[in-house]
Parts: sequence; C-alpha cells; structure tokens
Amino acid sequence: MIERFFKSKIIHDYFHDPSAIIGSLLIVVSVLSAVFAPMIAPQNPYDLEELSLEHFLTPPVWMEGGSAQFPLGTDDQGRCVLSTIIYGFRTSLIVGFGVVIIAGIFGVFMGLFAGYYGGILDSVSMRLADIFFSFSTTLIAILMLGLFKQRGVLIVIVAICIADWVKYARTMRGSVLGVKEEAYITAAKATGASDLRIILKHLFPNAIPPIFVILAVDLAVAIMLEATLSFLGVGVPLTEPSLGMMIAIGKNYMYAGMWWLVLFPAAALFLLVIGINLFADWLREELNPKIER
Amino acid sequence: MIVLLAVSLICYIIFRSSGDPAISMAGQYATFQEIEEVRRVFGLDKPFYIQYVRFITNALKGNFGNSFVNKVPALPLILERLPATVELAMSAIVIAFVLGVGLGVLVSLKPYALRNRFIMAGSLVNISMPTFLTGILLIMVFGVYLKILPPFGRGETVTIGFWRTGFLTLSGVTHLILPAFTLGMYQLAVLLRLTRAGMREVLTEDYIKTAWSKGLSPLKVIFKHALRNALIPVVTMTGLQFGELIAFSFVTELIFQWPGSGNLLLTSIYEQDQPVIVTYIMLAALVILSINILVDILYAILNPKIRYD
Repeated sequence: MIERFFKSKIIHDYFHDPSAIIGSLLIVVSVLSAVFAPMIAPQNPYDLEELSLEHFLTPPVWMEGGSAQFPLGTDDQGRCVLSTIIYGFRTSLIVGFGVVIIAGIFGVFMGLFAGYYGGILDSVSMRLADIFFSFSTTLIAILMLGLFKQRGVLIVIVAICIADWVKYARTMRGSVLGVKEEAYITAAKATGASDLRIILKHLFPNAIPPIFVILAVDLAVAIMLEATLSFLGVGVPLTEPSLGMMIAIGKNYMYAGMWWLVLFPAAALFLLVIGINLFADWLREELNPKIER
Repeated sequence: MIVLLAVSLICYIIFRSSGDPAISMAGQYATFQEIEEVRRVFGLDKPFYIQYVRFITNALKGNFGNSFVNKVPALPLILERLPATVELAMSAIVIAFVLGVGLGVLVSLKPYALRNRFIMAGSLVNISMPTFLTGILLIMVFGVYLKILPPFGRGETVTIGFWRTGFLTLSGVTHLILPAFTLGMYQLAVLLRLTRAGMREVLTEDYIKTAWSKGLSPLKVIFKHALRNALIPVVTMTGLQFGELIAFSFVTELIFQWPGSGNLLLTSIYEQDQPVIVTYIMLAALVILSINILVDILYAILNPKIRYD
C-alpha cells in the first residue's frame, strides 16, 4: 500500500511539472525517430546509391535554391541533413545507453561490494575511483582513443566506460554505507541469511534510488561526450553518422554562410541533451527528501 | 608517486601494443634490414621490463624520446606551447569561479524570484551544451555575423623570458575573450548549481539563524558564515574538474586555432606521433596530481575542522 501511495505521488508530481513533461517528450521523440530511422528519414545518408553529388550544399527548403526533397538542405556530399540527423540520433543513443548500461552495472556492483565488505576491496577500489575521477572521463576517453588506432562505436563506448563507472561506484558505496546500518539489515543477518542474499535482496533495492539520478545525468553526459569525441575526430569513423562529426564538417562551411550545416545538427543535439537534463532535474528534486517542494 | 608509475606503465603498454615503433621510426619505405637496424640501435630488441625501466629513467631526466614526426625531443615541443594553454585555462577558471559562485549566491537567496529562475534556466541550457557547440555558436555570433571579436588565433604576443604572453597587448586580450568564455562556460554552470545547492542547505542551518538574530549585516552573514561553508564542495569540484578542463582545452584550442599544447596533442593524435602523446599524458598526470594536493591544502584552510595527520 505504501508503495502504491509513493507511485501515485510521483505520477501526480510528474503531471504537474511542465519541464518534466517537455523533457520526457523530447526523449521519447528522439528515441522513436532513432528506432524507426529507416522509415522516417527521407533518404538513407549512408547508402551511396541514394547520394548524388549534384545536390551538394543545397540550402533548406524555405530558402532560395532549396528543394522539397531535402527539407533541411544537404551537406558537401549531397547528404540530406535531416536524414543524417535522424541516423545520428541512433549513434548518440546507442553510445549513450551502452555507456550507461555497461558503466552502470559495473559501477553499481563495485560500489555494492566495496560498501558492504569494506576492507582492502573498499580502499583499493575507491582509491582507483579517486584517480579516475580526477583525470575525468573526457580526458581519459580522448587520450585512450588517441593512443588506439582502431575506430568504431564499440571502441568509443569502451573508452568512455573506462572512467565512467566511477560515478556509479562512488554513489552506490555512499548509499550502501547508509543502508548497511539499518535495523532490517541487522535483522536479516540475525536470521542467518547469506551475504549474497543480504546484498541482493535487502541492500540492493534499498540503496539503488540515488543511482537513478546519476543514470539520467550520465546519459546526457555520454551523449555529449560522443559528440565531442566525434567532433575532435577521434570518435566514430567517417562511415558512421554522428551529430558531432556533422558539426565538425559544417564548421568548415560556416564562414561561407552555410549555417544550416552547423545549426541543425547542433539544435538536434542540444534538444536531445536538454530533454534528458530536464527529466533528470525533476527526478533529482523528486527523489531528494531534503528539498520540500 | 605510485599513481604516476601506474600511469606510465599503462601508457607504455598501450604505446607498445599499438604498433611497432621500429617501423614508425624507420619510416614507411624502410627495408627489413633497416627496421632491424633501428630496433638494435634503440634497444627495442631487449626484454620488455628492461625497456620499461629505461623508459622510466629517461623520463625522470626529462627525456621522453623524440617526436616521430618532427624528430625533436617531445618534452620541449610541448613546453614551448604550454604558456598559451595555461593563460587560456587560468582565464577560464577565473571566469567560471567568479561568475559561477557570484550567480550561485544570488540565486540561492531568492530561489523563486523571476530573475533567478531565468538564471537557472540559463544554467540548464549551458549544462546541456557541449563545449564545442558553445565555441562554434560564439564564433558564429561574434566572429562571423557581428564581426566584433576575432574568431581564431592568439593575436600579438609579448615574450618575457621563455614565456610568451598575450595578456599585455590589446589584440592578445581580445583574442582571449571568446576562447576563455567557451572554456569557462561548462564549469560555470556546474559551479553555479553547486553553490546554489550548498547555499540552500547551509542557509537553513541553525547557526545562520543565530547570525541573523545577532543582527549582523546581510553581507557578513552571507559571505562570512554561509558562503564559507557552502564553498567547500565548490573548491573541491574546481580542483577535481581540472582533468576535465584540460580535456576541454583541446576542444577549445581546436575550434579557435589557439596555438597551445592541446592543439599540438590533437595534431599528434592524427599523425600518430606516440612519444608526444605519451609525454603529454605524463605531464597531465603530474599537473592533476599536484592540483589534488593543492585542493587538500585549501580544504584545511577553508574548514579548520579538517586536519591531515
């Protein structure tokens, strides 16, 4: 009954917070367009048969010289900007969710075990976490990708995860340390439950809530990081669509007044990230008992 | 110390496993004999640990090997470019810290005032904007359309000893404005939010009520009692984000064609100039570790309760 009350309060708050609704709408639209990209996009921007150089650098449809075939214009290869953005969402979201899932699972379990067992495991893993944290995910990802010679979506995900799990591990450990002292954990121990059972059945569900906020924020961070890496030219290869790379290419044409090559992908990236951040903000306030709304 | 050693080992392993340096050094068209010759001369045929120990002893003497591309020692190559990066980073930190903390305090006093809601919305926009986008948009507005600020380069510089500074000429300062704001912008929003959150918690504490009831001036309560305590996480964050600052300095330097060390690193990455990359990583590790120690010291100054034994 308590759980149902809690749920209904969240739902109630959600529908009374416009920024949460706008945020989640933006997320849903981007995810849907990424999933159904082949059906929505006017053109497959990476199918060479559909590209023709004669359409290169067409302006958006409402400007002089624009064509209805390419609503947001084309780039220097004659690629439809709108289609590339939609396919770019795919890369962004694959990297974003890939990082959140891999780094999240690894980090949560590291934090769980470090917090519960303490001792050497705790001090070693947290010392490691401190180091990774002060070097920062972005720096480590750029330098790792700089030393590696291969390029690809999976390599980008791994490079980001190397340092990213730390956020989850630290938060989870802090949460576990608080929950560990609760009476019901002592009670569970008194009944002779095994360590694994205590960790998974009692500790995990009670210590997990703070992770949700980290998860949401981190999704936005990972998506921005992928775009940054691709912008720098160390991210996904040229054969993959990426918002960051589109902006990097568009930058060369910016001085010539071809603003649509930069502004549209930039707006798309920005809307996706701000959607996630709006939602994350709402989640943070909702889950924080200290701030009374 | 251990950290530095670990970093060097990791770098070294990746360095060695990402291709045979003998081939890179001998050049693309070398014959097999020539490659073997290079390998023998540079000691690359020795066992792994001997090579690593030699790498470390050389590194301690400041010798990180020669750049594959430019054929000059890697360390001076980076050090020569360092002043430009340091000036950019320092200006960015000052902008982020002053504006971030100032606005954070302002917002925390009246969280629901209209003006402050605008500031918070702005900070959300800011936090959702990757640094490269901020930079490009600033260039687009101020450099391409308004044409009031130079969009790239460093302008005229004055050399004092080994340090080339852009602070002393008008053109140097105007060239600095856009990149410094770009680099500072990311941190600004983070610091603003952190200050606001900290201030909101601190302002509800009992000792703040005591301070108010003593009839102290608002300035004294806010800055001496509240901000001092809210500032601790902010200082930590500024220090901890130093790695992030270095990383985003690459991005900023690339966009603004700033002649700093970050741009050199990116060029080295494209040209696969491993010695320069490894040297840069070691240097960055050294800087970040020193900053961490500095933050620990600052900590103790801000909060006398914290003592290190």
